[in-house]
Amino acid sequence: MRELKILVVVVFFSLLTYYLVEPYAHHEMHKKVDAQGNEIKIESHGFIYEGKADIVEAERAGDASKLAAKKAFWADVAAVAKLKGNAAAGEAGFGLCMGCHNGANMNMGGVIPPNLDHAGAIYDKNYLIALIKDPAMASNVDHKYSDTMMHPMGSIKSMMTDNQQIADVVAYILENKAGEVTPKEAYMEACMRCHAVRYGKLTQLGETPAFKHEKEALAYKIKVIDEQDAVKAYMGKLPPDLSMIIRARSTHFLETFIENPQSQLPGTSMPRVGLTHEGYEKVTAYLTEVGDPSKEKREAIGPIVIGFFILFSLLALLWKKSQWRDLH
Amino acid sequence: MAHFEKAKNLNEWLDQRLAVNTLKRVLNTEYWIPKDINFLWAMGMVLAATFGMLVLSGIFLLMYYKPDTNLAFDSVNYTIMSEVGYGWLWRHIHGVGASIVFLIIYIHMFTGIYYGSYKRGRELIWLSGMALFVAFSAEAFSGYMLPWGQMSYWAGMVITNLFSGGSLEAYGLVEWIRGDYVPGDAFLTRFFMLHVLLLPLVIIGLIVLHFGTLRIPHVNNQEGAEIDFKEAADLWKSGKKKESKVIPFSPVFLSKDVFVMGVYFILFFYLVFYNFNFAMDPVNFDPADGLKTPAHIYPEWYFLWSYEILRPFGKDAGLIAFGIAQAALFFLPFIDRSPNVAPAHKRGLFQVWFWVLLIDMIALTALGKLPPTDATFALLGKISAWTFLALGPILVIITMFEKKIEKGA
Repeated sequence: MRELKILVVVVFFSLLTYYLVEPYAHHEMHKKVDAQGNEIKIESHGFIYEGKADIVEAERAGDASKLAAKKAFWADVAAVAKLKGNAAAGEAGFGLCMGCHNGANMNMGGVIPPNLDHAGAIYDKNYLIALIKDPAMASNVDHKYSDTMMHPMGSIKSMMTDNQQIADVVAYILENKAGEVTPKEAYMEACMRCHAVRYGKLTQLGETPAFKHEKEALAYKIKVIDEQDAVKAYMGKLPPDLSMIIRARSTHFLETFIENPQSQLPGTSMPRVGLTHEGYEKVTAYLTEVGDPSKEKREAIGPIVIGFFILFSLLALLWKKSQWRDLH
Repeated sequence: MAHFEKAKNLNEWLDQRLAVNTLKRVLNTEYWIPKDINFLWAMGMVLAATFGMLVLSGIFLLMYYKPDTNLAFDSVNYTIMSEVGYGWLWRHIHGVGASIVFLIIYIHMFTGIYYGSYKRGRELIWLSGMALFVAFSAEAFSGYMLPWGQMSYWAGMVITNLFSGGSLEAYGLVEWIRGDYVPGDAFLTRFFMLHVLLLPLVIIGLIVLHFGTLRIPHVNNQEGAEIDFKEAADLWKSGKKKESKVIPFSPVFLSKDVFVMGVYFILFFYLVFYNFNFAMDPVNFDPADGLKTPAHIYPEWYFLWSYEILRPFGKDAGLIAFGIAQAALFFLPFIDRSPNVAPAHKRGLFQVWFWVLLIDMIALTALGKLPPTDATFALLGKISAWTFLALGPILVIITMFEKKIEKGA
């Protein structure tokens, strides 16, 4: 039938154009190439932190001393991970952490240290070990601290030097600082000290309370601005508000970026977050809830509207057939 | 004053005062359409329906949108998307509608070109249609500015820079258009006015004109046959429906239009609910930042072909090529010298020309988005742009030698 043939031609050219300007163009636009011009495929590592990504990165950069340092560091982490940690013994060591991670909302060298209430539920074991051994190396932002600056958490290196002690503290965190965590709590612990979410009323200081008097609201706003200035001075720029990030970046970008920010944005001062797969899902669930709140409603109403138009078209077809019956 | 009888019903009452029966006859039941047309002729009604959806959803968005550079982004992305009941639905309908309307316009245009519906007698249909295309382009561009995201801002910067006239560097004009040195509040508020008032009025006026231009030359048909509409209509009215070459717009053709619209709305709402992202550039979900240039600046897909005609050339040559590309299609009825109103597959070389044009425009569209830093893409872009520019003169030549087709053979 002629009309079907025409329809096939129209659909073919529409889809071809769509393919070229959407999936194909986006692939070409976001292609990353190394110095030799080879395309770099940015892979997800399934939220396992064994240093693979960092070692490949150092190899690609062709920096022999950096490569050796990365290899040695992650080998050390692997050695600690093999030790059997004693959670009871780790409690004392964890006390040292509480000097900073105490929920006092006090800025320490640029950022407010996060609460560790659910650290065992959202962070990876290897990452926690690495973080205590050397925070800059674990976060893969050692380039930032190579000359003058010290990582705000750098003092931990001199406080906990014994491998068994590190294993014990991590065992304590995994056992006693886990429990049920909501998507919002996961976000607040993992990201909020740098990234505000204004559509969720979150700033670097936490959830914005309701104030009775404008004066109090303004005073709070000044506190927020002061905190943001401190973060800005430390990070180089104020990290972006993440209210809309779920719609502004692809899921592949977010996944690989959170696993290793250097992979998508070389040289960034954003640290590796060290989330487990479950932790990552909690964080993105919160970002989806804020940035794409209509998801549930779309899924509920969509089939009804489309069903209506299918029925509408069927009835229209019957009407058309009755109108055209005796025309040919 | 005329004499008025007491009316028996509302229709009669209205007929005495408004001549509704005459209107109904002229516009519907005795508005004759050739029988021999396919679903591509329903695109006009599909466009009208989509425009209706855009106006309706636009009115709801207008109630909550704030044309202020400090508030615009959040009013769209937070207030409308999270706080207003079904705001997300209106926004997705508006966003998808704005993109899909151009797909239908292009199908409508290529249908006209394929069947020669712009040729002698029907020039005004084509010209008013092209004017509508330009008005829709301006409407789309002004609307794209409103969410004040990164791409809004930078597209506004790039497009208004075109008015600096290449080497003339007439930046006074650019600043006059923007009302500032860079896109700012004055720019946003005047584009808001254009988008919600002036351009919609222009579009509505042009739609009326476009419909009006159809009345005397009548709609073309699949074979380009010249129909004696009066004779055919008389046949129809005498009950010889099979013999007549025409059908009334309402209800006969309308029933086909409505079916096509139904199928179209299945696709439309599939996109609204399940694939609205195709119509929304992710970069525009980053708020406008005048200090941070996006890695790639590109227009929406429907402008890519003309953007790619601008891009491969130098400053001045590019601007001239762009100007020609914008105006070229207007001249189609006058550069096609052929005596035939017939579908392309009956017109020899014209058919080749048609498919080259279509494929070239798709190539330009694709290349307009691809990074020009790649040498292959840059070369292909240049070839496609030259091809487009050459197609005009080629059409003059091949149609001058086109032989007259004997009708009814």
